[in-house]
Amino acid sequence: MKEILTVKNLTLSYEGKNVLENINFDVQEGDFLVIFGENGSGKSTLIKALLNLKMPSKGKITLREGMRHCDIGYLPQAALLEQNFPASVWEVVLSGTLNKMGLKPFYTKKEKDIAKKNMELLSIYDLKRECFRNLSGGQKQRVLLARALCSANSLLLLDEPVSGLDPAATADFYEVICKINDAGTAVIMVSHDVHSSLSVAKHVLHIGAKTTIFFGTPHEYEIEQMGGR
Amino acid sequence: MEIIKTLFSYSFIMRAVIVGILVSLCSSVLGVSLVLKRYSMIGDGLSHVSFGALAIAAALNSSPLMVSVPIVVIAAFFLLKISKNSFLGGDAAIAIFSSSALAVGIVVTSMTSGINADICNYMFGSILAMSESDVYISVILSAIVLILYLLFYNRIFAITFDESFSRATGSRTDLYNMAVAVLTAITIVLGMRIMGALLISSLIIFPALSAMRICRFFRGVILCSAIISVLCFFTGIVLSYALEVPVGASVVLVNLAVFMLSSLRAKIKA
Repeated sequence: MKEILTVKNLTLSYEGKNVLENINFDVQEGDFLVIFGENGSGKSTLIKALLNLKMPSKGKITLREGMRHCDIGYLPQAALLEQNFPASVWEVVLSGTLNKMGLKPFYTKKEKDIAKKNMELLSIYDLKRECFRNLSGGQKQRVLLARALCSANSLLLLDEPVSGLDPAATADFYEVICKINDAGTAVIMVSHDVHSSLSVAKHVLHIGAKTTIFFGTPHEYEIEQMGGR
Repeated sequence: MEIIKTLFSYSFIMRAVIVGILVSLCSSVLGVSLVLKRYSMIGDGLSHVSFGALAIAAALNSSPLMVSVPIVVIAAFFLLKISKNSFLGGDAAIAIFSSSALAVGIVVTSMTSGINADICNYMFGSILAMSESDVYISVILSAIVLILYLLFYNRIFAITFDESFSRATGSRTDLYNMAVAVLTAITIVLGMRIMGALLISSLIIFPALSAMRICRFFRGVILCSAIISVLCFFTGIVLSYALEVPVGASVVLVNLAVFMLSSLRAKIKA
Protein backbone atom coordinates (compact mmCIF):
# COMPACT_ATOMS: atom_id res chain seq x y z
CA MET A 1 0.00 0.00 0.00
CA LYS A 2 1.18 3.47 -0.84
CA GLU A 3 0.05 6.64 0.84
CA ILE A 4 -1.57 9.18 -1.43
CA LEU A 5 -2.18 11.72 1.30
CA THR A 6 -0.39 12.22 4.59
CA VAL A 7 -1.39 14.72 7.24
CA LYS A 8 1.25 15.36 9.85
CA ASN A 9 0.92 17.46 13.03
CA LEU A 10 -1.61 19.66 11.29
CA THR A 11 -2.80 22.75 13.15
CA LEU A 12 -5.37 25.08 11.58
CA SER A 13 -6.40 28.41 12.99
CA TYR A 14 -8.54 31.45 12.33
CA GLU A 15 -7.24 34.81 13.50
CA GLY A 16 -4.76 33.25 15.89
CA LYS A 17 -7.28 30.87 17.46
CA ASN A 18 -6.66 27.19 16.83
CA VAL A 19 -9.63 25.35 15.37
CA LEU A 20 -7.78 22.07 15.03
CA GLU A 21 -4.55 21.02 16.71
CA ASN A 22 -2.06 18.33 15.96
CA ILE A 23 -4.08 16.21 13.55
CA ASN A 24 -2.37 13.11 12.13
CA PHE A 25 -3.73 10.66 9.61
CA ASP A 26 -3.04 9.22 6.20
CA VAL A 27 -4.96 7.89 3.23
CA GLN A 28 -3.72 4.85 1.34
CA GLU A 29 -4.34 3.95 -2.27
CA GLY A 30 -7.85 2.55 -2.54
CA ASP A 31 -8.63 3.60 1.04
CA PHE A 32 -12.05 4.66 2.34
CA LEU A 33 -11.66 7.11 5.20
CA VAL A 34 -14.69 8.43 7.03
CA ILE A 35 -14.30 11.57 9.13
CA PHE A 36 -16.70 12.08 12.04
CA GLY A 37 -17.01 15.13 14.20
CA GLU A 38 -19.69 17.14 15.93
CA ASN A 39 -20.85 20.46 14.50
CA GLY A 40 -18.17 23.05 15.04
CA SER A 41 -15.43 20.45 15.50
CA GLY A 42 -13.52 21.88 12.54
CA LYS A 43 -14.51 19.40 9.86
CA SER A 44 -15.15 22.04 7.21
CA THR A 45 -11.88 23.76 8.07
CA LEU A 46 -10.09 20.44 7.60
CA ILE A 47 -11.77 20.03 4.20
CA LYS A 48 -10.62 23.50 3.17
CA ALA A 49 -7.09 22.63 4.20
CA LEU A 50 -7.16 19.38 2.20
CA LEU A 51 -8.31 21.34 -0.84
CA ASN A 52 -5.57 23.91 -0.28
CA LEU A 53 -8.10 26.70 0.33
CA LYS A 54 -6.71 27.24 3.83
CA MET A 55 -3.07 27.37 4.83
CA PRO A 56 -1.99 25.26 7.82
CA SER A 57 -0.52 27.32 10.65
CA LYS A 58 1.59 24.32 11.64
CA GLY A 59 2.23 20.86 10.26
CA LYS A 60 2.01 19.56 6.73
CA ILE A 61 -0.30 17.96 4.20
CA THR A 62 1.66 15.89 1.70
CA LEU A 63 0.24 14.44 -1.47
CA ARG A 64 1.66 11.58 -3.45
CA GLU A 65 4.36 12.74 -5.81
CA GLY A 66 3.00 14.31 -8.97
CA MET A 67 -0.42 14.94 -7.47
CA ARG A 68 -1.74 18.47 -6.90
CA HIS A 69 -4.47 19.61 -4.53
CA CYS A 70 -6.73 20.33 -7.48
CA ASP A 71 -6.45 16.64 -8.42
CA ILE A 72 -8.72 15.84 -5.49
CA GLY A 73 -12.26 15.31 -6.75
CA TYR A 74 -14.61 17.30 -4.55
CA LEU A 75 -18.28 16.77 -3.84
CA PRO A 76 -19.59 19.85 -2.03
CA GLN A 77 -22.75 19.82 0.05
CA ALA A 78 -25.58 19.86 -2.46
CA ALA A 79 -27.72 22.10 -0.27
CA LEU A 80 -25.36 24.99 -0.92
CA LEU A 81 -26.15 25.09 -4.63
CA GLU A 82 -28.56 27.60 -6.16
CA GLN A 83 -31.86 25.71 -6.38
CA ASN A 84 -33.22 27.26 -9.56
CA PHE A 85 -30.13 27.07 -11.70
CA PRO A 86 -30.90 26.31 -15.36
CA ALA A 87 -28.38 23.67 -16.43
CA SER A 88 -28.44 20.30 -18.14
CA VAL A 89 -26.86 17.27 -16.50
CA TRP A 90 -24.41 17.17 -19.40
CA GLU A 91 -23.31 20.77 -18.81
CA VAL A 92 -22.75 20.07 -15.11
CA VAL A 93 -20.72 16.88 -15.58
CA LEU A 94 -18.59 18.35 -18.38
CA SER A 95 -17.63 21.29 -16.19
CA GLY A 96 -15.71 18.81 -14.01
CA THR A 97 -13.12 18.38 -16.74
CA LEU A 98 -12.18 22.08 -16.80
CA ASN A 99 -9.28 21.75 -14.34
CA LYS A 100 -7.39 19.54 -16.78
CA MET A 101 -7.91 21.76 -19.81
CA GLY A 102 -5.18 24.31 -19.14
CA LEU A 103 -5.76 27.36 -21.30
CA LYS A 104 -7.94 25.59 -23.85
CA PRO A 105 -11.25 27.49 -24.02
CA PHE A 106 -13.60 24.81 -25.38
CA TYR A 107 -14.37 21.15 -24.68
CA THR A 108 -12.98 18.66 -27.17
CA LYS A 109 -13.75 15.00 -27.78
CA LYS A 110 -11.34 14.04 -24.99
CA GLU A 111 -13.34 15.90 -22.32
CA LYS A 112 -16.64 14.64 -23.69
CA ASP A 113 -15.38 11.07 -23.56
CA ILE A 114 -14.31 11.46 -19.92
CA ALA A 115 -17.73 12.86 -19.03
CA LYS A 116 -19.53 10.10 -20.91
CA LYS A 117 -17.43 7.37 -19.27
CA ASN A 118 -18.12 8.64 -15.76
CA MET A 119 -21.81 9.09 -16.44
CA GLU A 120 -22.04 5.53 -17.69
CA LEU A 121 -20.16 4.33 -14.60
CA LEU A 122 -22.81 5.98 -12.40
CA SER A 123 -25.63 4.93 -14.76
CA ILE A 124 -26.83 8.46 -15.39
CA TYR A 125 -25.99 8.74 -19.08
CA ASP A 126 -29.68 8.58 -19.95
CA LEU A 127 -30.23 11.70 -17.82
CA LYS A 128 -27.84 13.65 -20.06
CA ARG A 129 -30.54 15.94 -21.46
CA GLU A 130 -32.40 16.38 -18.19
CA CYS A 131 -32.53 19.65 -16.31
CA PHE A 132 -30.37 19.42 -13.18
CA ARG A 133 -32.80 21.27 -10.92
CA ASN A 134 -35.63 18.81 -11.68
CA LEU A 135 -33.69 15.74 -10.52
CA SER A 136 -34.28 13.96 -7.22
CA GLY A 137 -31.77 14.40 -4.39
CA GLY A 138 -30.14 11.04 -5.09
CA GLN A 139 -29.83 11.71 -8.81
CA LYS A 140 -28.31 15.11 -8.12
CA GLN A 141 -25.66 13.50 -5.93
CA ARG A 142 -24.81 11.04 -8.70
CA VAL A 143 -24.44 13.89 -11.18
CA LEU A 144 -22.18 15.82 -8.83
CA LEU A 145 -20.22 12.65 -8.18
CA ALA A 146 -19.73 12.17 -11.92
CA ARG A 147 -18.49 15.75 -12.12
CA ALA A 148 -16.06 15.09 -9.25
CA LEU A 149 -14.79 11.94 -11.00
CA CYS A 150 -14.18 13.96 -14.16
CA SER A 151 -11.85 16.25 -12.25
CA ALA A 152 -9.97 13.45 -10.48
CA ASN A 153 -9.98 9.71 -10.21
CA SER A 154 -7.38 8.83 -7.61
CA LEU A 155 -8.92 10.59 -4.60
CA LEU A 156 -12.44 11.85 -3.88
CA LEU A 157 -13.44 14.13 -1.03
CA LEU A 158 -17.13 14.00 -0.13
CA ASP A 159 -18.66 16.58 2.18
CA GLU A 160 -21.77 15.25 3.97
CA PRO A 161 -22.92 13.45 0.82
CA VAL A 162 -26.02 11.78 2.27
CA SER A 163 -27.43 14.63 4.33
CA GLY A 164 -30.91 15.39 3.04
CA LEU A 165 -31.29 12.06 1.25
CA ASP A 166 -34.01 9.59 2.19
CA PRO A 167 -32.95 6.10 3.42
CA ALA A 168 -33.39 4.47 0.00
CA ALA A 169 -31.34 7.15 -1.75
CA THR A 170 -28.73 6.95 1.01
CA ALA A 171 -28.32 3.18 0.57
CA ASP A 172 -28.16 3.70 -3.17
CA PHE A 173 -25.48 6.37 -2.78
CA TYR A 174 -23.33 4.14 -0.55
CA GLU A 175 -23.61 1.38 -3.13
CA VAL A 176 -22.37 3.70 -5.87
CA ILE A 177 -19.54 5.08 -3.78
CA CYS A 178 -18.39 1.57 -2.82
CA LYS A 179 -18.38 0.63 -6.48
CA ILE A 180 -16.11 3.58 -7.24
CA ASN A 181 -13.92 2.71 -4.28
CA ASP A 182 -13.65 -0.92 -5.39
CA ALA A 183 -12.54 0.31 -8.80
CA GLY A 184 -9.51 1.86 -7.10
CA THR A 185 -10.45 5.43 -6.22
CA ALA A 186 -9.59 6.41 -2.64
CA VAL A 187 -12.42 8.17 -0.81
CA ILE A 188 -12.50 10.60 2.08
CA MET A 189 -16.03 11.14 3.34
CA VAL A 190 -17.10 13.60 6.00
CA SER A 191 -20.29 12.37 7.58
CA HIS A 192 -22.80 12.71 10.37
CA ASP A 193 -24.22 9.32 9.68
CA VAL A 194 -21.98 7.22 11.96
CA HIS A 195 -23.91 3.97 11.82
CA SER A 196 -24.14 3.27 8.10
CA SER A 197 -20.85 4.88 7.15
CA LEU A 198 -19.01 2.49 9.49
CA SER A 199 -20.16 -0.36 7.28
CA VAL A 200 -18.45 1.11 4.22
CA ALA A 201 -15.37 2.64 5.85
CA LYS A 202 -11.90 1.12 5.85
CA HIS A 203 -10.56 3.74 8.26
CA VAL A 204 -12.20 6.16 10.67
CA LEU A 205 -11.02 9.56 11.87
CA HIS A 206 -12.99 11.08 14.72
CA ILE A 207 -12.18 14.67 15.54
CA GLY A 208 -13.51 16.66 18.46
CA ALA A 209 -12.37 19.16 21.03
CA LYS A 210 -9.91 20.51 18.45
CA THR A 211 -7.94 17.31 18.01
CA THR A 212 -7.96 13.67 17.00
CA ILE A 213 -10.11 11.52 19.28
CA PHE A 214 -9.62 8.40 17.24
CA PHE A 215 -7.90 7.18 14.11
CA GLY A 216 -7.99 3.54 13.08
CA THR A 217 -10.18 0.89 11.51
CA PRO A 218 -13.98 0.78 11.96
CA HIS A 219 -13.65 -2.39 14.02
CA GLU A 220 -11.26 -0.79 16.50
CA TYR A 221 -13.52 2.25 16.57
CA GLU A 222 -16.57 0.21 17.53
CA ILE A 223 -14.63 -1.50 20.31
CA GLU A 224 -13.41 1.80 21.63
CA GLN A 225 -16.90 3.31 21.50
CA MET A 226 -18.27 0.40 23.52
CA GLY A 227 -15.42 0.63 26.01
CA GLY A 228 -16.12 4.33 26.34
CA ARG A 229 -19.63 3.62 27.52
CA MET B 1 -42.53 48.94 -42.16
CA GLU B 2 -42.73 52.54 -43.28
CA ILE B 3 -41.59 53.64 -39.82
CA ILE B 4 -38.57 51.35 -39.90
CA LYS B 5 -37.60 52.73 -43.33
CA THR B 6 -37.69 56.34 -42.19
CA LEU B 7 -36.00 55.33 -38.95
CA PHE B 8 -32.94 54.08 -40.79
CA SER B 9 -32.72 57.16 -42.96
CA TYR B 10 -31.45 59.10 -39.94
CA SER B 11 -27.79 58.47 -39.32
CA PHE B 12 -28.02 59.28 -35.60
CA ILE B 13 -30.68 56.59 -35.18
CA MET B 14 -28.56 54.12 -37.14
CA ARG B 15 -25.70 54.84 -34.73
CA ALA B 16 -27.93 54.32 -31.71
CA VAL B 17 -29.27 51.07 -33.19
CA ILE B 18 -25.80 49.67 -33.89
CA VAL B 19 -24.45 50.50 -30.44
CA GLY B 20 -27.69 49.55 -28.72
CA ILE B 21 -27.83 46.10 -30.30
CA LEU B 22 -24.21 45.37 -29.41
CA VAL B 23 -24.73 46.56 -25.84
CA SER B 24 -27.93 44.51 -25.56
CA LEU B 25 -26.01 41.42 -26.67
CA CYS B 26 -23.19 41.95 -24.16
CA SER B 27 -25.43 42.84 -21.25
CA SER B 28 -27.84 39.95 -21.84
CA VAL B 29 -25.17 37.25 -21.76
CA LEU B 30 -23.34 38.74 -18.79
CA GLY B 31 -26.66 39.34 -17.06
CA VAL B 32 -27.42 35.62 -16.78
CA SER B 33 -24.37 35.06 -14.58
CA LEU B 34 -24.95 38.22 -12.56
CA VAL B 35 -28.57 37.35 -11.86
CA LEU B 36 -27.80 33.73 -10.95
CA LYS B 37 -24.95 34.74 -8.67
CA ARG B 38 -27.15 37.40 -7.03
CA TYR B 39 -24.87 40.14 -8.26
CA SER B 40 -27.56 42.09 -10.15
CA MET B 41 -27.11 45.05 -7.82
CA ILE B 42 -23.54 45.40 -9.06
CA GLY B 43 -24.93 46.40 -12.45
CA ASP B 44 -27.04 49.04 -10.79
CA GLY B 45 -24.10 50.31 -8.75
CA LEU B 46 -21.89 50.50 -11.81
CA SER B 47 -24.43 52.53 -13.76
CA HIS B 48 -24.48 55.15 -11.02
CA VAL B 49 -20.69 55.26 -10.94
CA SER B 50 -20.77 55.62 -14.68
CA PHE B 51 -23.06 58.65 -14.29
CA GLY B 52 -20.54 60.26 -11.95
CA ALA B 53 -17.74 59.48 -14.38
CA LEU B 54 -19.60 61.03 -17.32
CA ALA B 55 -20.23 64.17 -15.31
CA ILE B 56 -16.53 64.43 -14.55
CA ALA B 57 -15.67 63.82 -18.21
CA ALA B 58 -18.04 66.59 -19.25
CA ALA B 59 -16.54 68.96 -16.66
CA LEU B 60 -13.03 68.22 -17.93
CA ASN B 61 -14.26 68.60 -21.50
CA SER B 62 -12.75 65.28 -22.50
CA SER B 63 -14.07 62.25 -24.37
CA PRO B 64 -16.81 60.63 -22.29
CA LEU B 65 -15.82 57.04 -23.05
CA MET B 66 -12.10 57.56 -22.50
CA VAL B 67 -12.69 58.92 -19.00
CA SER B 68 -15.54 56.73 -17.82
CA VAL B 69 -14.34 53.30 -19.01
CA PRO B 70 -11.30 53.25 -16.69
CA ILE B 71 -13.18 54.81 -13.75
CA VAL B 72 -16.02 52.31 -13.96
CA VAL B 73 -13.67 49.35 -14.41
CA ILE B 74 -11.89 50.36 -11.20
CA ALA B 75 -15.27 50.76 -9.50
CA ALA B 76 -16.14 47.22 -10.60
CA PHE B 77 -13.12 45.92 -8.68
CA PHE B 78 -14.26 47.69 -5.52
CA LEU B 79 -17.93 46.75 -5.91
CA LEU B 80 -17.04 43.08 -6.20
CA LYS B 81 -14.84 43.35 -3.11
CA ILE B 82 -17.39 45.17 -0.98
CA SER B 83 -20.27 42.99 -2.12
CA LYS B 84 -18.50 40.22 -0.23
CA ASN B 85 -17.94 42.47 2.77
CA SER B 86 -19.67 40.90 5.70
CA PHE B 87 -19.30 43.94 7.94
CA LEU B 88 -21.47 46.28 5.86
CA GLY B 89 -23.52 43.65 4.08
CA GLY B 90 -23.23 43.49 0.29
CA ASP B 91 -26.49 45.19 -0.65
CA ALA B 92 -26.07 48.07 1.79
CA ALA B 93 -22.47 48.58 0.67
CA ILE B 94 -23.54 48.81 -2.97
CA ALA B 95 -26.33 51.25 -2.10
CA ILE B 96 -23.85 53.53 -0.33
CA PHE B 97 -21.49 53.29 -3.27
CA SER B 98 -24.12 54.11 -5.91
CA SER B 99 -25.74 57.06 -4.20
CA SER B 100 -22.35 58.56 -3.39
CA ALA B 101 -21.25 58.26 -7.01
CA LEU B 102 -24.51 59.83 -8.16
CA ALA B 103 -24.06 62.68 -5.68
CA VAL B 104 -20.50 63.33 -6.88
CA GLY B 105 -21.78 63.49 -10.44
CA ILE B 106 -24.52 65.97 -9.58
CA VAL B 107 -22.19 68.21 -7.55
CA VAL B 108 -19.57 68.24 -10.30
CA THR B 109 -22.09 69.21 -12.98
CA SER B 110 -23.85 71.84 -10.94
CA MET B 111 -20.48 73.45 -10.19
CA THR B 112 -19.49 73.53 -13.88
CA SER B 113 -22.30 73.63 -16.41
CA GLY B 114 -25.25 73.52 -14.04
CA ILE B 115 -28.08 71.03 -14.08
CA ASN B 116 -29.17 71.05 -17.70
CA ALA B 117 -30.45 68.91 -20.52
CA ASP B 118 -27.19 66.92 -20.57
CA ILE B 119 -27.80 65.67 -17.04
CA CYS B 120 -31.31 64.73 -17.98
CA ASN B 121 -29.94 62.75 -20.94
CA TYR B 122 -27.44 60.94 -18.75
CA MET B 123 -30.17 60.01 -16.30
CA PHE B 124 -32.80 58.84 -18.75
CA GLY B 125 -30.86 58.26 -21.95
CA SER B 126 -30.97 59.85 -25.35
CA ILE B 127 -31.05 58.55 -28.87
CA LEU B 128 -28.86 61.46 -29.94
CA ALA B 129 -26.00 60.52 -27.63
CA MET B 130 -23.71 58.68 -30.02
CA SER B 131 -21.12 60.50 -32.11
CA GLU B 132 -19.35 58.74 -34.95
CA SER B 133 -16.17 58.16 -32.94
CA ASP B 134 -18.25 56.80 -30.06
CA VAL B 135 -19.67 54.24 -32.45
CA TYR B 136 -16.19 53.04 -33.45
CA ILE B 137 -15.06 52.74 -29.82
CA SER B 138 -18.30 51.00 -28.87
CA VAL B 139 -18.08 48.47 -31.71
CA ILE B 140 -14.50 47.60 -30.82
CA LEU B 141 -15.12 47.35 -27.08
CA SER B 142 -18.29 45.31 -27.37
CA ALA B 143 -16.59 42.96 -29.82
CA ILE B 144 -13.86 42.47 -27.22
CA VAL B 145 -16.47 41.82 -24.51
CA LEU B 146 -18.27 39.24 -26.65
CA ILE B 147 -15.09 37.46 -27.70
CA LEU B 148 -13.78 37.27 -24.13
CA TYR B 149 -17.16 36.03 -22.94
CA LEU B 150 -17.10 33.30 -25.56
CA LEU B 151 -13.56 32.24 -24.63
CA PHE B 152 -14.41 32.17 -20.92
CA TYR B 153 -17.89 30.72 -21.45
CA ASN B 154 -17.25 27.26 -19.97
CA ARG B 155 -15.38 28.70 -16.99
CA ILE B 156 -18.09 31.28 -16.40
CA PHE B 157 -20.66 28.48 -16.39
CA ALA B 158 -18.60 26.52 -13.86
CA ILE B 159 -18.12 29.39 -11.40
CA THR B 160 -21.73 30.50 -11.77
CA PHE B 161 -23.01 27.01 -11.10
CA ASP B 162 -20.73 26.07 -8.22
CA GLU B 163 -17.98 28.42 -7.14
CA SER B 164 -16.72 26.25 -4.29
CA PHE B 165 -16.19 23.26 -6.59
CA SER B 166 -14.36 25.40 -9.13
CA ARG B 167 -12.12 26.87 -6.47
CA ALA B 168 -11.44 23.45 -4.97
CA THR B 169 -10.44 22.00 -8.32
CA GLY B 170 -7.96 24.77 -8.91
CA SER B 171 -9.85 27.34 -11.02
CA ARG B 172 -8.92 30.92 -10.39
CA THR B 173 -12.44 31.92 -9.47
CA ASP B 174 -11.50 35.41 -8.31
CA LEU B 175 -10.01 36.08 -11.71
CA TYR B 176 -13.16 34.99 -13.55
CA ASN B 177 -15.45 36.89 -11.17
CA MET B 178 -13.35 39.94 -11.80
CA ALA B 179 -13.47 39.35 -15.55
CA VAL B 180 -17.28 39.24 -15.45
CA ALA B 181 -17.38 42.44 -13.38
CA VAL B 182 -14.98 44.27 -15.70
CA LEU B 183 -16.83 43.17 -18.84
CA THR B 184 -20.06 44.33 -17.21
CA ALA B 185 -18.48 47.66 -16.39
CA ILE B 186 -17.45 48.23 -20.00
CA THR B 187 -20.89 47.22 -21.26
CA ILE B 188 -22.63 49.60 -18.89
CA VAL B 189 -20.48 52.55 -19.86
CA LEU B 190 -21.15 51.88 -23.54
CA GLY B 191 -24.89 51.58 -23.14
CA MET B 192 -25.47 54.20 -20.52
CA ARG B 193 -25.84 57.24 -22.71
CA ILE B 194 -28.52 55.63 -24.85
CA MET B 195 -30.38 53.90 -22.01
CA GLY B 196 -29.68 56.33 -19.16
CA ALA B 197 -28.01 55.73 -15.80
CA LEU B 198 -31.27 54.89 -14.09
CA LEU B 199 -32.42 52.42 -16.73
CA ILE B 200 -29.32 50.61 -18.03
CA SER B 201 -29.31 47.92 -15.33
CA SER B 202 -32.63 46.66 -16.69
CA LEU B 203 -30.78 45.53 -19.84
CA ILE B 204 -28.74 43.25 -17.60
CA ILE B 205 -31.55 41.89 -15.49
CA PHE B 206 -34.69 41.64 -17.64
CA PRO B 207 -33.55 39.47 -20.57
CA ALA B 208 -31.83 37.02 -18.21
CA LEU B 209 -34.95 36.68 -16.05
CA SER B 210 -37.23 36.22 -19.06
CA ALA B 211 -34.90 33.66 -20.65
CA MET B 212 -34.70 31.68 -17.41
CA ARG B 213 -38.46 31.30 -17.53
CA ILE B 214 -38.35 29.95 -21.07
CA CYS B 215 -35.24 27.75 -21.29
CA ARG B 216 -33.99 25.01 -18.98
CA PHE B 217 -30.32 24.70 -19.92
CA PHE B 218 -27.56 27.22 -19.39
CA ARG B 219 -26.64 27.49 -23.05
CA GLY B 220 -30.29 27.82 -24.01
CA VAL B 221 -30.76 30.56 -21.43
CA ILE B 222 -27.74 32.48 -22.75
CA LEU B 223 -28.90 32.28 -26.38
CA CYS B 224 -32.50 33.05 -25.50
CA SER B 225 -31.45 35.99 -23.34
CA ALA B 226 -29.39 37.41 -26.22
CA ILE B 227 -32.24 37.07 -28.71
CA ILE B 228 -34.82 38.58 -26.33
CA SER B 229 -32.51 41.45 -25.51
CA VAL B 230 -31.79 42.39 -29.12
CA LEU B 231 -35.43 42.08 -30.19
CA CYS B 232 -36.61 44.14 -27.23
CA PHE B 233 -34.07 46.83 -27.92
CA PHE B 234 -35.06 47.04 -31.56
CA THR B 235 -38.79 47.10 -30.79
CA GLY B 236 -38.14 49.65 -28.08
CA ILE B 237 -36.30 52.01 -30.38
CA VAL B 238 -38.98 51.76 -33.08
CA LEU B 239 -41.71 52.47 -30.50
CA SER B 240 -39.73 55.32 -29.05
CA TYR B 241 -39.58 56.92 -32.49
CA ALA B 242 -43.22 56.22 -33.32
CA LEU B 243 -44.62 57.40 -29.97
CA GLU B 244 -41.99 60.09 -29.38
CA VAL B 245 -40.94 58.83 -25.96
CA PRO B 246 -37.35 58.51 -24.61
CA VAL B 247 -35.68 55.40 -25.96
CA GLY B 248 -34.42 54.05 -22.61
CA ALA B 249 -37.86 53.98 -21.06
CA SER B 250 -39.51 52.39 -24.07
CA VAL B 251 -36.87 49.62 -24.22
CA VAL B 252 -37.43 48.89 -20.52
CA LEU B 253 -41.20 48.71 -20.97
CA VAL B 254 -40.87 46.31 -23.93
CA ASN B 255 -38.59 44.15 -21.75
CA LEU B 256 -41.13 44.28 -18.94
CA ALA B 257 -43.87 43.10 -21.32
CA VAL B 258 -41.72 40.17 -22.49
CA PHE B 259 -40.88 39.30 -18.90
CA MET B 260 -44.55 39.25 -17.93
CA LEU B 261 -45.45 37.12 -20.94
CA SER B 262 -42.69 34.61 -20.19
CA SER B 263 -43.68 34.45 -16.51
CA LEU B 264 -47.27 33.86 -17.55
CA ARG B 265 -46.17 31.08 -19.91
CA ALA B 266 -44.12 29.45 -17.13
CA LYS B 267 -47.10 29.68 -14.76
CA ILE B 268 -49.46 28.08 -17.30
CA LYS B 269 -47.01 25.28 -18.05
CA ALA B 270 -46.41 24.53 -14.37
